[in-house]
Amino acid sequence: MGIAPRLSGQYAVVGVGESDLGIVGPEYTELSLQVQASLRALDDCGLKIHDVDGVFVQPGPFERMPGLLLAEYLGIQPRVNDTTMVGGCSNLQHIEHAIAALETGQCQVALIAYGSTQRSARTRKIGGVPEDPRSPRGQFDVPYGLLSPIGPYALATTRYRHLYGLEDEELGEVAVATRQWANLNPLAYHYEHPLTMEQYLKSPWISWPLRRDDICLVTDGGGAIVVTSMKRARDLAKRPVSVLGISSRSNAHYWIPGIDDLLTTGASITGPEAMAAGGVTYDDIDILEIYDAFTTMPLLAVENLGFCRRGEGRFFFRHSRTGPGGEMPMNTSGGGLSYCHPGMFGIFLVIEAVRQLRGECGPRQVKNPEIVLCHAYGGVLSAESTTVLGKE
Amino acid sequence: MNGHPIAEPTPLTMPFWNGLEKRQLIIQRCNTCHRYQFYPRNFCIHCESRVLTWEPVSSRGHIYSYTITMRAPGPDVAVPYVVAIVELEEGPRMLSNIVDCDPFQIEVGAAVVADFRRENPNESMLLVFRPA
Ligand SMILES: [Zn+2]
Repeated sequence: MGIAPRLSGQYAVVGVGESDLGIVGPEYTELSLQVQASLRALDDCGLKIHDVDGVFVQPGPFERMPGLLLAEYLGIQPRVNDTTMVGGCSNLQHIEHAIAALETGQCQVALIAYGSTQRSARTRKIGGVPEDPRSPRGQFDVPYGLLSPIGPYALATTRYRHLYGLEDEELGEVAVATRQWANLNPLAYHYEHPLTMEQYLKSPWISWPLRRDDICLVTDGGGAIVVTSMKRARDLAKRPVSVLGISSRSNAHYWIPGIDDLLTTGASITGPEAMAAGGVTYDDIDILEIYDAFTTMPLLAVENLGFCRRGEGRFFFRHSRTGPGGEMPMNTSGGGLSYCHPGMFGIFLVIEAVRQLRGECGPRQVKNPEIVLCHAYGGVLSAESTTVLGKE
Repeated sequence: MNGHPIAEPTPLTMPFWNGLEKRQLIIQRCNTCHRYQFYPRNFCIHCESRVLTWEPVSSRGHIYSYTITMRAPGPDVAVPYVVAIVELEEGPRMLSNIVDCDPFQIEVGAAVVADFRRENPNESMLLVFRPA
């Protein structure tokens, strides 16, 4: 259902921050990256650690109870401690949960944090995370060697090619435009590395029909955002960014063979719901921030969110339409493909959206954006969340 | 069979694995609504009935989608190989490998038929599919 329309604009993202990104080295932990990002996000809005009474953090491979650990390290006793883990959209779902907790008075200031050392700790493998061999997936999927998580997205891409046609260059447009944004972002992993269509088309197949350059980065990094009431937000350091609408859901599958239709995702529900809550129409949206672990994800997202009809997503990115100077800027940080991808990218969509709405983005700043739509997937199209943010 | 991690059957799923040993594809069917389901569960995913029986199926289906794995996930794995979602004539879908084919000649919608492979004598038989 998402948040009710009466809550639109009542809550705000007031502080954002990343930790160090890229390859941070073995001295960092998930916790230390969460903390570094959290302190930067609190400094960004001028709130103190002890103002935080709600902690929202998703578990990584090294932390079973990361909310308790983060609270202990920060020296706080939060009234709300939420470690919802539904993959890469978890931190967006945390915003929705934070608003519920703020609205019911369970907490006053919510800190949402993420940290991953997957690059330095080498926890990411192309075959995926080990699964219990007795589980449904362990018995019926793992023995077939589907790469993970690229394989499920490759299956969706093949299905799309079959039904609607899809030229290699049409996915390449996503990779190339996203790289152009990264080339404007000094924090991006690929800041100094241009990507041409010719280079893209020469990059090797990993799980056909997806190539190396269709795949996101594998980096370390963390992020944090601070959410509070609009009333309180108005007294803080920077102009607040309003949560106009947010809607999340889990779909009916955990692993990919369980999906009803490889090309239909919950975005077709969460997108319209989040926009309706804020009274926002498609024409109102100035920037898209869409989780791009693979180039196929923005393609499926723009169709399911309703920015174009089914089968027309392949044309959506043509002529660098989503790149710098294009009419529908998307993934203006350089995205998971070219900025950073520490395992779960959701929080970075929001960090970039907030900075764009504040006008803090320097050479990559989009001119006077009013409304940004963020959409993240979790699992393998298994869960999702759409968040619509606006200038106060 | 192919260098990938191997499955561990459970009491619930054992009839499926025992079927493969006899080169038969056996899946669950609901006694109430008569629909088939895969993977095995202790209730019917369609109508919530708790009464299911194991039935042999046609072993025929078609490719709902597929990918050609070009980068080996481990040192003992030979590439390329095809991983597909196969839709059985009876309805359920399952992940599998498509064998005995040129990976680059496969198509979505192509008819396939079940086959049974055991690479290693101490491993269970694995269900795969080949072009029909
Ligand atoms: Zn039934």
